[in-house]
Amino acid sequence: MTLFGCANTLGGWMLKRTPLHEFHVACGAKLVDFAGWEMPILYRGIVEEHLQTRASGSLFDVSHMGRIHLTGAAAMALLDKALTRNVSQQRVGQSRYSLVCNPAGGVLDDVIVSKHAKHWLVVCNASNREKIVKHLTGVRDADGFEAEISDQTESTAMVAVQGPAVVELMSEALDVDVKSIKRYGFESGTYLMSRFTLFRSGYTGEDGVEIIVSSGTAQNMVKSMSGEMSKPDSPIKPAGLGARDTLRLEAGMPLYGHELTEGIDPISAGLGWAVDLGKPFIGVEPLRVIAQHGPAKKLVGLELEGPRIARPGSAVKSGATLVGEVTSGTFSPTLKRSIAMAYVDAGRSAPGEALQVELRGSTVPARVVALPFYKRAK
Amino acid sequence: MPVPKDRKYLETHEWHQLAGEVVTIGITQIAADELTDITYVKLPAVGAKVAANAAWGEIESVKATSDLYSGVGGTVTAINSELNANPGLVNSDPFGKGWMIKVKVADAGQLAKLLSAEEYLKKTGH
Repeated sequence: MTLFGCANTLGGWMLKRTPLHEFHVACGAKLVDFAGWEMPILYRGIVEEHLQTRASGSLFDVSHMGRIHLTGAAAMALLDKALTRNVSQQRVGQSRYSLVCNPAGGVLDDVIVSKHAKHWLVVCNASNREKIVKHLTGVRDADGFEAEISDQTESTAMVAVQGPAVVELMSEALDVDVKSIKRYGFESGTYLMSRFTLFRSGYTGEDGVEIIVSSGTAQNMVKSMSGEMSKPDSPIKPAGLGARDTLRLEAGMPLYGHELTEGIDPISAGLGWAVDLGKPFIGVEPLRVIAQHGPAKKLVGLELEGPRIARPGSAVKSGATLVGEVTSGTFSPTLKRSIAMAYVDAGRSAPGEALQVELRGSTVPARVVALPFYKRAK
Repeated sequence: MPVPKDRKYLETHEWHQLAGEVVTIGITQIAADELTDITYVKLPAVGAKVAANAAWGEIESVKATSDLYSGVGGTVTAINSELNANPGLVNSDPFGKGWMIKVKVADAGQLAKLLSAEEYLKKTGH
């Protein structure tokens, strides 16, 4: 067999390390290059970490994600122009999922924008961080917005703690009433005299939190938890980017570079709910046209017959006709079946549609299903 | 990582263990660990012909799909059908319960050309 896509033999010297690097090594992580960062792909096993998240809880280091601060009198106006979401309606303590589009309506990145009392925070994908800083700076300079843009990624850490046991456990551990925070709301707290921000959000389909904290405090935080987390029956264990990917796929959430690219618009991606076509922003005109006429291709969920996994780029067919392409696929650890996301012709996108996926020369029957594949019990 | 010395290897991570004129083939722990959770192994039918250095099957994991090779030619005499229900055996016991196929070799001398455990580790940079 030929191994590919396995970059863990790369020299770590050229990669950035997160403040939690020592924690990963102590937990036996397998580290890989992810967007220039040395990140844990797994600790014990992708499937085990996936199921641990669904059953109880997992801690993910997401410090590689970009954290961009905006301040100044026109920070809001700048974001309103650059983001698809109407940020002027956002209150302090609220976060919103949003897209950043190019003038053609293609997605430059998907981000979470949060309104703090004195600044705005944009959390973006690690692979797009430099591009987004440059883009926001370009929008500011072109229109003369009075705003400061500061990339705070490497001075802070960010962890996601996700799973049904998390809200209660984190409330105790951090002395924050997490239950009182609404989904996509956030609050600040203090841990060992250092301030942190706790967001009730995530990328797994589970309830949980994401925490931004100074690098040093993050190390102390996980150190105090790591003894507990190494026990076999620990309610929260570390999980890597491998499980994060299979979790988000079951939850029907897009991943930049797969479901979202500069050549894909948010309407086709099923993200129209995060696009405010009633306000002016970069890319709004083409998106209005797409929304009015309906997209030619739509993002759908596919369930495949049998155990084989559809891979990005696999052709989707309806009989002899090519109707689409797979963007992500896995063997769902929760549902125990092969699932995928794909862009298919809008006329073939209704749930129940019988299609086929080409996998290395064989044709596998598949069926369009509604997203998400997995929804947690409320 | 332990690599048993009682077998011969391909650089593409398959092991071959000769008993009489039958070679048992599987993949190494290094390969299983790289693939991560294995979800499917496509095995040939008993009686199928296997050619040296040609693909005879496929292995899929959460991460990737790869072809499986053999360093020897011959006829498949047995397959590990346990892997259909439990492909994770390749992760948990790649040199034992995770074996894949048994091949009656046309020429056992072909095995001599394959890599020793030391050569395999060296070639794969471990």
